Amino acid sequence: MSERLSAADVAKVARMARLNISAADVERYTQQLDGMLDHFADIDNLQLADVQPMTQPFPLVNVLRADVEQPCLDREEVLGAAPAAEQGRFRVPPSGGEDE
Amino acid sequence: MSNFSTATSIAHNVASGAQSAVSIVEEHLQRITQREEEVHAFNLVTSAEARERAADIDARIARGENVGPLAGVPIALKDNMCTRGVPTTCSSKILEGWKPPYNATVVDKLFAAGAVFVGKTNLDEFAMGSSTENSAFGPTRNPLDTSRVPGGSSGGSAAAVAAGFAAVSLGSDTGGSIRQPAALCGVVGVKPTYGLVSRYGLVAFASSLDQIGPFSHSVADAALLTEVIAGHDPMDSTSIPKPAPSLVSVLGRGVEGMRIGRVADLPEGADADVLARLDAAFIALEKAGATIVDVKLPSLSYALTAYYLIAPAEASSNLARYDGVRYGNRVAANDMNTMYADTRAAGFGDEVKRRIMLGTYALSAGYYDAYYGKALKVRRLISNDFAAAYANADVILTPTSPTVAFPFGAKTDDPLTMYLCDIFTIPTNLAGHPAMSVPFGTGQANMPVGVQILAPTLGEEAMFKVAAVLESAA
Amino acid sequence: MIDNGLPEGWELVVGLEVHVELATKTKLFSGSPNRFGDEPNTNIDPVTLGLPGALPVLNEHAVELAMRIGLALNCTVKPSTFHRKNYFYPDLSKAYQITQYDEPLNVDGFLMLPGGVRIGVERAHMEEDTGKSTHFGGAGGRIHGSDYSLIDFNRAGVPLVEIVSHPDVRTAEQARQYVNELRAILVAVGASDAKMEEGSMRCDANVSVRKYGAELGTRCEIKNVNSVRSLGKAIEYEARRQIDVLETGGTIRQETRHWDETDGRTHTLRAKVDANDYRYFLEPDLVMLAPDAEWVERVRAALPVLPAARRTNLAVLTGADEDSEAIAVVVERGQDTYIQEVKNAGGDAGRALVWVQQSFAEEGNAPRLPAKDLAALTVLERDGKLTATQAKTVLGDMLEAGGGDPAAIAASKGFEALDTSVIEGFVDEGIAAQPDAWAKYCAGEEKAMGALVGTIMKLSKGKADGKVVTAILQQRRNG
Repeated sequence: MSERLSAADVAKVARMARLNISAADVERYTQQLDGMLDHFADIDNLQLADVQPMTQPFPLVNVLRADVEQPCLDREEVLGAAPAAEQGRFRVPPSGGEDE
Repeated sequence: MSNFSTATSIAHNVASGAQSAVSIVEEHLQRITQREEEVHAFNLVTSAEARERAADIDARIARGENVGPLAGVPIALKDNMCTRGVPTTCSSKILEGWKPPYNATVVDKLFAAGAVFVGKTNLDEFAMGSSTENSAFGPTRNPLDTSRVPGGSSGGSAAAVAAGFAAVSLGSDTGGSIRQPAALCGVVGVKPTYGLVSRYGLVAFASSLDQIGPFSHSVADAALLTEVIAGHDPMDSTSIPKPAPSLVSVLGRGVEGMRIGRVADLPEGADADVLARLDAAFIALEKAGATIVDVKLPSLSYALTAYYLIAPAEASSNLARYDGVRYGNRVAANDMNTMYADTRAAGFGDEVKRRIMLGTYALSAGYYDAYYGKALKVRRLISNDFAAAYANADVILTPTSPTVAFPFGAKTDDPLTMYLCDIFTIPTNLAGHPAMSVPFGTGQANMPVGVQILAPTLGEEAMFKVAAVLESAA
Repeated sequence: MIDNGLPEGWELVVGLEVHVELATKTKLFSGSPNRFGDEPNTNIDPVTLGLPGALPVLNEHAVELAMRIGLALNCTVKPSTFHRKNYFYPDLSKAYQITQYDEPLNVDGFLMLPGGVRIGVERAHMEEDTGKSTHFGGAGGRIHGSDYSLIDFNRAGVPLVEIVSHPDVRTAEQARQYVNELRAILVAVGASDAKMEEGSMRCDANVSVRKYGAELGTRCEIKNVNSVRSLGKAIEYEARRQIDVLETGGTIRQETRHWDETDGRTHTLRAKVDANDYRYFLEPDLVMLAPDAEWVERVRAALPVLPAARRTNLAVLTGADEDSEAIAVVVERGQDTYIQEVKNAGGDAGRALVWVQQSFAEEGNAPRLPAKDLAALTVLERDGKLTATQAKTVLGDMLEAGGGDPAAIAASKGFEALDTSVIEGFVDEGIAAQPDAWAKYCAGEEKAMGALVGTIMKLSKGKADGKVVTAILQQRRNG
């Protein structure tokens, strides 16, 4: 079994994606993801230097809208759906460190 | 075809007064009452609203109003389309109970066309899956054989139509999530050209691949629905700047002189019974005056890899907004990052987590070029292959799904096994082309087999013409 | 070698990143209002809040304003794309910011500072702003040690242009000039009101030092600078901090530092466990932005005369030094056109410049005093009929009345310029009255002149022209 992806990699990726997963799950995901990457290695040897990446199936250009006000959402409805709100704003716990 | 009323006939009868919308909706709600517990097509049945709406439709018709081309038609919506004031969960715990403050564009269009919403259907969580076994609220069962899956991710929408709970339904298709369940449930399923139908209000899975499309019993219904939901939307920057195409009118034109492509280098994996039905489809089309041409799509075997790098990458970004700050469910914590990590760990299921991590990895520093970057180039190769093929063919036929509907648990041990369900459907999403699945006989265990018709960009007319002929030959 | 205020041999290298809020009616990607000061979370829509299913659509006027900025900075407008910059923070509603990455709208421009220094502008690209977090509990509203935060998304999605200079700035003063000039340009083209105090213009500085001739040093990014004055102070502090580190054998760690106005120092932000990997990728929900040549030309043709050109024109008109404060101030107030009008009415542009600078601070760009009246006043001065002091008094009356005939006002006050011979007489009297001051002045004490001039002016009842008095005293001392 090739090792394209280690448990440390998975743990790092989980942190990056803000997913708190247990050590046991890290092991399990590592095995599964490693297996997938193994399968996906079929593209490794393709000669792609001259190929343009394709990001959008239907290429459009300059899709713009006029600078005209549209009706806004109702604040009460929106804050009513929020997990925590106060003084007309969304409330969250403090960040442990700067993340910007 | 089934014995259930088509949308076309319902709309006609309701508009003419021959049938009341109320009686139609009662008929469907009754079938829901009888079998929904067994099938579990829905996350939410909106019976009270449906009755009220049907009564309103009848009243307006009595007043002589033109209610629209879908007058009184009971329709179910996949639960990843925003419906104002009605819970939209994406079959995920993280959005359980969330009510959007706005409607998806397609919802507004269906409403303006006179449709009656009967409920929100079950799906694989966040549209990630091929069997609806990934739903956080329990799987949907194939109405034709409840020991088997309905397919996914739009399993609930396919089952709702197959079971007669709704005359038509909407699903979304990112790698085959309309077509594959359509094939497994024996109904028609369409993925339109990317950009033909607005994505505004469709909860995004993979932005450059997602499209909304209809499930129906008849090709004519699918054409009608596609006409209603298609067309330029200024709220979606990727929306094709054209009006909806006219499709119902082309259905009777036949396939005389059309060139039907057969993929000479089709990837392996389809069962013999499925391939047999595909062969029969080619024969039927030849009999109807079409010519079969061989086409080659050499990059097709790489499509799965490209898709399973691109889709999770986009998804990892699209699903980052589920953080417990503004909506959805939150796991409280003393600091923000813990809140994020705990909320998302608790709120997302296994497959979603897996794809988020795979996608994050594919985009991360040092790996972008090897994974995501390369996958985008493979995507171009596939698109080029199709372009070359369509120089010689008007449409291409393949199986929709490699197998008929499989039993629960048959493919859940190894995620890759499940991914292989999509080998024939994925390429069209990568290329942005339209494709549809039409039921064409049965295979193993008497389960339905679907044949997939692929067409080039904005080639819906050709696609539907072929579908109509196959339908009559099935 | 420039005087950069640093110890000898050290060169200061600064690049500036300025974020500007565009003056559009609505947000960059959606139609809710772009307005400062409204009740929290009232200017919101599905896109702003990052609701499931929301999609961005680009604001045409924002593109227009972004192009104005680019062209005013001599950039080339290019086909451009948008990317997602992915990171988690509560005021970022989608957990990604839509910005421009490797294909920005405007590239390769420059800005000329007063005095002729050229600062290269690498790019000016479009991006969306985040919401605003306010931290509660803990000490002083800072995020560390706070109990909770409240988020307002009114600002989320407001269109920004980020202007990135080349690291061509070499002194703190140049940095200040750059920001001031940039601000004047932004206001002139109508792209933004660019007020640092209100946050519609934000400035970060990338600061490094090196010995002259050496390779570029490691730079630190300085954030949280809230005024042009602070910018200068922060740069100076940071440069000295880095020199101290290097001179004691240390190395500079590349990092972001936070300027603290109260203690006058930069501080490290708390170290993160993982440096942010933004995982940039092309935004699939948007399409390419490629303004055609016609649109670009329309924008270019509609640009107003920019501040630098206006300063040059005013300098030519008035004979004053282009880099003088008078020229800078008058152009900034938009009163240069007024001076042209004064000249057109036959007045002396040079004198007009002095009066406008001194006395027109509150007048705005359309002074109430008719240009012809000021013109007449300057003519009286030029012809020697009024001293500067007398003219100032007359001007005061004219300003209060909103106009008037300066000759008549002067006559009514009994003003007339004095003959030189008469002034000589007053100088004699003055010297006689202040022999000590005269002695000191002759001995070289320039300050002693003040007392002499004062006495002479009193003797002449203010009618002597102060310049003439001074000249006579100098002549007598030297002659």
